Amino acid sequence: MRLVERTTSALLLLLALAFPFLAEGYVVFQATMVLSYAVALLGLNILTGYNGQISLGHGAFYALGAYTAAILMDRFGLPYWATIPAAGAVCLVAGVLFGLPALKLEGLYLALATFALGVAMPQLLKYKHLEPWTGGVQGLVLAKPDAPFGLPLTPDQWLYLFALAVAVILFALARNLLHSGAGRAIVAVRDHPLAAQAMGIDNRRYKAGAFGISAMYTGIGGALSAIAVQFVAPDSFTMFLSISLLVGVVVGGVGTLSGALYGALFIVFVPTAAEKITQAAPWAIYGVVLILFVFLMPGGVARLLHRRG
Amino acid sequence: MQAFLHQLLAGLATGGIYASVALALVMIYQSTHQVNFAQGEMAMFSTYLGWAMLQAGLPYWAMFGLTVGLSFVMGALVERIVVRPMRQAPVLSVVVVFIALLMIFHSLAGWLFGYTIKRFPSPFPERAWYGSAVMSAHEVGAIAITLAVMALIFGFFRFTALGLAMRAAAQNPVSSRLVGIDVGWMLMLGWGLAGAVGAVAGMLVAPVVFLDPGMMGGVLLYAFAGALVGGIDSPAGAVLGGFIVGVLENLIGSYVVGTELKLTVALVLIVGVLIVRPSGLFGRTIVVKV
Repeated sequence: MRLVERTTSALLLLLALAFPFLAEGYVVFQATMVLSYAVALLGLNILTGYNGQISLGHGAFYALGAYTAAILMDRFGLPYWATIPAAGAVCLVAGVLFGLPALKLEGLYLALATFALGVAMPQLLKYKHLEPWTGGVQGLVLAKPDAPFGLPLTPDQWLYLFALAVAVILFALARNLLHSGAGRAIVAVRDHPLAAQAMGIDNRRYKAGAFGISAMYTGIGGALSAIAVQFVAPDSFTMFLSISLLVGVVVGGVGTLSGALYGALFIVFVPTAAEKITQAAPWAIYGVVLILFVFLMPGGVARLLHRRG
Repeated sequence: MQAFLHQLLAGLATGGIYASVALALVMIYQSTHQVNFAQGEMAMFSTYLGWAMLQAGLPYWAMFGLTVGLSFVMGALVERIVVRPMRQAPVLSVVVVFIALLMIFHSLAGWLFGYTIKRFPSPFPERAWYGSAVMSAHEVGAIAITLAVMALIFGFFRFTALGLAMRAAAQNPVSSRLVGIDVGWMLMLGWGLAGAVGAVAGMLVAPVVFLDPGMMGGVLLYAFAGALVGGIDSPAGAVLGGFIVGVLENLIGSYVVGTELKLTVALVLIVGVLIVRPSGLFGRTIVVKV
């Protein structure tokens, strides 16, 4: 990293740390949601942007992470912070398990299969034999965690800082992963699978691995959102969520790290603002924005801001 | 036994609708190797147009013809304006644009016609000589219309010069251009036809599931499953696949997993077919030369 980048990163982090003390309660909550979506988008971007596997059903992994956190807190009395690694682990396994058969599917067909996953997920969460755990259609209501060690913080402020810490760690890990040999292998598999194979890269392993890591990130994002919203229900995880994640990746910038943050800002604030016009507006805006970005700005906001990507 | 027969035949009736949408998907896949994720929402939008015409006092069959015509134009326009510029684009961009179309049609329907669930009439009377205890008149009529549409499409592609030209343009665009076929027009026509077939499916399913912007979500998924079971590059296979999925969905839904997991059946079917036999029952296996 060059010096300029280092100082900007440090300044941004300072600003992020000061944010909850400058803003109102609800805005702090929204900022926490931005962080949770940013982590989820980072996951989808690792898969779709860097590894070239299209997923239209990542909302399913977001839901799985959220439900893992909620069930562990509600039914097993685990503290909220312990549910984050648990949600990550569950989604990692689920991602690899879905990624293994998905190895046989290329481009369009993978999009189809994941689309089906996204559409079917709410029904699975409502399934009556899972109801003792998931709470069925009603969902689960969670308690908001207080700040530990008697710190003079409101729960909203504390949760924001907690989410910020998780997000910073995960972004740093992703950055290191993608700049390592493994990261270059992941990108090589996207750019030219045959050449990658000829170079001795095990395509199957990297694709399944990328699917697992991607699902893990998205699941952790889901767990953060469940803790912040204090409520999970099947109808929060419809196809619209999966599409929102796709919108976030495209708007933020396919195959960029910082794009996850821009995308998250977009999908948190734009639909809520649009909803005030008409109920139809969020979908319409998403649709139009997607087409505009694909045709006019395929690199997303990140490529626009940082010329070198 | 009576109940089983009823479920089986009801499955055939919904299967016919899946078969129509699957046929529309396959027609587009054959010509451009794209899967139109917006097919269901386009059909839904067409059905709303039909509903608006009925509200304006048009008789049913006049509305039917007009809706099919309008949907044809709509499909062709979508190809010309949105899809054609994407011809050389990477798969991700194409998928994203189709998702965008899905959202635009969805919001347009909600914005123009509202989100309240509406009743859509069936052209077939409640009590008709062809209705019975195991199969309602609407179900018999839906199957009859589906089969008629398929016969028409088959005849068109098999026996007319235009149909032949369209098949040629889909199979080998470069050579077709050399013998004087306007490939661009043929693609537009193909999309128009797919839009028209989708509109028929929408108008047949609306009396059963009622009219609302989300009504085609499940149908599209089953149609995908049907197209894949039959083979995504085989129109006859897609039709058969649609019927198979309709029957399976109904039987598994009523006897095995219960109605609340029906969509999961489609998910399992899609993933299962793609893994075990990606070419489907009748599709060709594609071998890529390196």
